[in-house]
Amino acid sequence: MAFLKRSPWILHYDASSCNGCDIEVLACLTPLYDVERFGMINTGNPKHADILLITGGINTQNREVVENIYEQMPEPKVVIAVGICAATGGIFRECYNIVGGIDKVIPVDVYVPGCAARPEQIIDGVVTALSILEKKRAAMAGTAQTREEEQHTEQAGEST
Amino acid sequence: MQTLLFLILFPILVACLLLFVKRTTVRYAVVALSALAIGGGSIYLLVRYALEGAVYFAAPSEAASLVMVAIEMGLALFIVYMGAKFRNYLAIALAAIQAALVVYLEGTFSGSLHAVNNLFIDQLSIIMALIIGIIGSLIAVYAVRYMETYHHHHPEVRDRQKMFFFVIFVFLAAMFGLVFSNNLMWLFFFWEITTISSFLLIGYSETEEATRNAFRALVMNLLGGVAFVVAIIILVATEATSGGIDLAQVLASGDTAIVLIPAVLIGFAGITKAALMPFSSWLLGAMVAPTPVSALLHSSTMVKAGVYILVRFSPVFAGTFAGFSIGLVGAVTFVVASAIAISQSNAKLVLAYSTIANLGLIAACAGVGTYMLVWAAILLIIFHAVAKALLFLGTGAIEHRIGSRDIEDMEGLIVRMPRMAVMMFIGIAGMFLAPFGMLISKWAAIEAFVQVPFGLVFIAILAYGSAVTVFFWAKWMGKLVAVTRHQEKVEKGFFEEPWAPLYIITGLVIAAVLLFPVISSILIEPYVLAIYGVTALMAQANVAIMLLMMTLLLILPVSFLLFRRSAKSLPAYMGGRTATPDLHFAGSLGLTREAQTRNYYLTEYFGEAKLFLPGAVVCTVLILASWVLAGVAL
Amino acid sequence: MTWTWLIGAVLFLVLAPVIGGLVAGIDRKITARMQGRVGPPLLQPFYDVGKLFEKESVVVTTAQNFYVLAYLIFIALSGALFFAGGDLLLIIFAFTLAHVFLVLGAYAVHSPYSHIGAERELIQLMAYEPMIILAAVGLYMVTNSFYVADIAVSTIPAILYLPGVFLGFVTILTIKLRKSPFDISTSHHAHQEIVKGITTEFSGSTLAQVEIAHWYENVFLLGFVFLFFSWNPVIGVIAVVVTYLAEIFVDNVTARVRWQAALKSGWFAAVLGIVNLAVLAYILGYMMTGGV
Repeated sequence: MAFLKRSPWILHYDASSCNGCDIEVLACLTPLYDVERFGMINTGNPKHADILLITGGINTQNREVVENIYEQMPEPKVVIAVGICAATGGIFRECYNIVGGIDKVIPVDVYVPGCAARPEQIIDGVVTALSILEKKRAAMAGTAQTREEEQHTEQAGEST
Repeated sequence: MQTLLFLILFPILVACLLLFVKRTTVRYAVVALSALAIGGGSIYLLVRYALEGAVYFAAPSEAASLVMVAIEMGLALFIVYMGAKFRNYLAIALAAIQAALVVYLEGTFSGSLHAVNNLFIDQLSIIMALIIGIIGSLIAVYAVRYMETYHHHHPEVRDRQKMFFFVIFVFLAAMFGLVFSNNLMWLFFFWEITTISSFLLIGYSETEEATRNAFRALVMNLLGGVAFVVAIIILVATEATSGGIDLAQVLASGDTAIVLIPAVLIGFAGITKAALMPFSSWLLGAMVAPTPVSALLHSSTMVKAGVYILVRFSPVFAGTFAGFSIGLVGAVTFVVASAIAISQSNAKLVLAYSTIANLGLIAACAGVGTYMLVWAAILLIIFHAVAKALLFLGTGAIEHRIGSRDIEDMEGLIVRMPRMAVMMFIGIAGMFLAPFGMLISKWAAIEAFVQVPFGLVFIAILAYGSAVTVFFWAKWMGKLVAVTRHQEKVEKGFFEEPWAPLYIITGLVIAAVLLFPVISSILIEPYVLAIYGVTALMAQANVAIMLLMMTLLLILPVSFLLFRRSAKSLPAYMGGRTATPDLHFAGSLGLTREAQTRNYYLTEYFGEAKLFLPGAVVCTVLILASWVLAGVAL
Repeated sequence: MTWTWLIGAVLFLVLAPVIGGLVAGIDRKITARMQGRVGPPLLQPFYDVGKLFEKESVVVTTAQNFYVLAYLIFIALSGALFFAGGDLLLIIFAFTLAHVFLVLGAYAVHSPYSHIGAERELIQLMAYEPMIILAAVGLYMVTNSFYVADIAVSTIPAILYLPGVFLGFVTILTIKLRKSPFDISTSHHAHQEIVKGITTEFSGSTLAQVEIAHWYENVFLLGFVFLFFSWNPVIGVIAVVVTYLAEIFVDNVTARVRWQAALKSGWFAAVLGIVNLAVLAYILGYMMTGGV
C-alpha cells in the first residue's frame, strides 16, 4: 500500500520572497481551497515533513538554512519551488546577495511558476509532486537500484 | 535475646575499635566485616522471630538503666559545653531543662521506673532492624571510600574520620536499641543518642555553616526530647491506668483518654525528629554533612525513628481528633515539601525535601491510624529507606566525579556515567513510578483514606501532592537520560567509587518490588492483624499486574537491540541553523553559539520563599491543635 | 474464575486503534466542517500512520525509540487493564508511567524544542493528575468500588451525584485529548506549538507509535467518560458522543492559553471535584443517614 501520496505533510519555507507567494500558499489552507482534502498538512517541522515547499530565491544568509532543513527531512522527500523567484531568483536575480533559484542549493523536483503563483497552480504542483514522491518511495522500497533512480528523478525535475 | 543484645552492643564494640584505626584499607576491612556481621544478625533476626509475633525479654535492667542515666547526664554536660563554646544558649537551656526533668523523674518516681520487659521484638521492629542492619551497614561501607575521597576534595576540612566512624557505629547501635526497647526510658535514651550523633555528624566539616546547622538540628530535636520526657513523666504519674514506662502496656492501656496526651507529646517528638513542618529546616540544613550522613541519618534511618514512634502509637491516635490533627501536619508537610522540591536544583535539597514530604505522608497515615493506613505507612517506610539511600549515595558518587550536585550539571549522565545513571534512574523510579514501591504505598493510602471519616481532606492533599511529585522527579530523570554528545566518560577515576554497596542497594530497590507480596504477608500483615484484629491485603490480581509491569520494565531494555544501526542519525532540529550534535550552532555575525537546555523550576509559584512560611504556620497551628484536642478529650 | 476480563482486554488491544483512528478521522472531518471546509477523508488518520511507517527511520539518538516503544506498550497495557475491569487507581498510575516514558524520550534526544515540549508535557501531567485521581475517588464514593468492572455494572446514576467531578474531568479531558486551549506540549495537525513540542524529534515509525498510543489513550478516556453514565448504556454512549463533540467545539472556538493558565485550570477543576465530593460525603451522606 502506498500511503505516502495520501498523506503528504508539507513544510513551507519562505526564502527571500516578497511574501506574495507565501500568502498564496497559505490561501491553499483556507476553506476555499482546503488542501487538507488531499490529506495535506502544513507542518512546521522538517522531521515530520514529506514535501519541502519553498517560496523566494536563495540568498547568502538563508542558503545554509535551506540546506539544513532539506537535510533534516527523512526520505522519501520532494522539493517544490513555488514562484518565479524560487525557480530562478526572479526579480531579485541581480541583487548582490542573491544566489539564484532553489536548485542552486538543493535538488528541486517540481517548479511552480508565477508571480505570484496562484493557489490552483500550487495545489497542482503539489499533486504532481505526489507522483514523484510515490516513485521515490517505490525506489526506496526496492533496495537494489535505489540510489541511481533517485538521481534520475531528481534530474528529470518536472514543471507545471 | 542474644541477637538483640548482639545487634545493640556489637556496633558499639566496632565503634570503639574504629577509634584506633587510622589506615583506610584497615578501616574498610573492619567496617565491611562488621557490616556483614550486623546485616547477617538482622537477617537472622528475621528468620528467628518473623513468625513469632511480639516477643518480650526481661533483660538486665538495674545496671543498664543506671549507666544510661549517667550517659544522659554526660551528654547534657557535653551539650552545655558545646553550647558555651559556640555561644548557643538555647541549646544549653533546652539541655538543662531536659536534664532537670530527667533528674526530677528519677528522683520522684524512682520506684516506678522499672518495666517488666525492657526489650522486645515484633514484626515492625524486625522491619526497622532490617533497614538499619542492611541499608545502614551498606551505607557505612560506602562511607569509608567516600570519606577518603571527601578529604581529598576538601583539604581544608580537618580529618576526623576516626570520630566520624565511631559516631556512625554508635548511631547504628542506638537505632537498634531504639526499635527494640519496650522500656520507654530506654527508648528515650537511644532517642537522645541519635540526636547527638546527628549533631556531631552535621557539624563534621567545622565550617561556620555546618556548626550553625548542627545546632539548629540539635535545638529542634532537644525540643522534641523535652516533650518526650514530659510524656514519660505523665505516663509514670498515671501508671495505674496508663501502664507507666512499659510501651506494650501503654499501647494496650484501656484508658485511652489518659494515654492520648503522652502519645501526642511523643508524637510531637516524632514530628521534630522526622523534620515535619515547621521543623523541616533542620533537615535541610543537615545537607551540609557528607553524603553518607545524609543517606544514613537524614533519610533512611534516623528520621525514620520519628515516624516509627508515630506508627507505634497510631493505635492510640486512631479515631481521635488529636491523631487526625497530627495526620494533617504530615499531609500538609507532604504537599508543601513536594511543591517546594520543584523549585530546587540542588540534588541534595531535592532529596531532602522529598524525604520531608514522604515522612509527612507516613505521619499522615500513622496519625489517622486505621489498619489499612498503618499497613501503607510501614510499606512507605521500607520502600523509602531503600530508594532514598540509593539516591543519596548516588548523588554523592556523582558529585565526586563531576564536581557538582546540581541537577542541571547531571545532564547527559547516561553518557558520562552510564552505570551510575541507570542506578539513579532506578532509584528515582522507585520514588514515584508504578510499579515501584512508593507508588504502591501511595495508592494504598488513597484507597485507605477513602474509608476514613473526613478522609477526603487527605485525598485532596494526596492528589495534589502526587501530581507535583511526578513533576520534580520526572524532570530530574529527564536530565539524566539526555543523550549528550562529545562528552567524556568519567565513570572511572583516580579514586575508585564504592560500587558494591550501590549495586546491592539498587538490587534491593528492585527486589523490594518483586518481593513485596512476601514482605507484606510475612511481616506487615501479621503486625497489623495483631494490633487491629483485621489486616489489609492487596488484591491478588493487582499484585499480579504489578509484577507483570515490573517484568515488562526489566525486559523492555532488550528492545535496544532492535534499534541498533537500523536508523539514520541526524542532529537535533535547531530552527534550521546548522548545529553540531552538542548543540553548537552558527549564530549571527559568524559566531558559533551554544544552545543549552534548562529545566523549569517555577520559582514564582513553588519557591521556598513563597510556600515555606505558610506551610510552617499551618503545621504549627495543627500541632497546637493536636495538644488542645488531646486535652479536650481528657 | 471467569475469563471475561481477558476478552475485554484483548478486544481493547485489537479494536482500540481502529476506533481511535476513526474517532480521529471523524474529529478532523467535523472540525473541517465547522471551519467551512470539506476536510480530509474519514480514513485520513490511518493514511497518516501508514505513511509514517513507510518513511525512512531517522533518529537523533536510538534511545528515543526505546522510550517511545515503552510509552506505547504501557499505554496499551493500561487501557487493556481498564477494559479488563481493573483497579482504576492502578490504571491511572500506569498511565502516568507511560507518559513519563514519552517525556523521557523527548529529554533523551537533547534538543531545545523537544526539551520545552517535555517540560510542558510535565506541566500538563501536573495539571490533570489531581482531577483524575479525584474522579476515581468520586466513582468509588458512589459505587463503593475502585474496580472498573464493578463501576461499569453499577445501577447508580453516578453523574447525578458527581456533576462537579464530571465537569472537572471534562476540563482535564481537554488537556488529555491534546485539544485547544490546552494543547501546549504538542498539537495536532495544522497547529504548531514551539515547532512540534514533545514530538519534534520523533519521525517515521516512532511518530506513528506516538499517534497510535494517542488513539489507545483516547479510547480509554472515552471509556472513563462512559463510567459516569454506565447505569444506562444507551445514555452512556450518547453522553460519550456529546462530550466528544463538545470537546471538538471547544477545540475550535478557543485559542491556546499559556502554561500558567493550563495549570491553574487543571487545579481549579480539581477544586470543583473536591467541593462536589465534600458535598457528597458530608451533606448527602448526612441526609441519607437521616441526620444521625
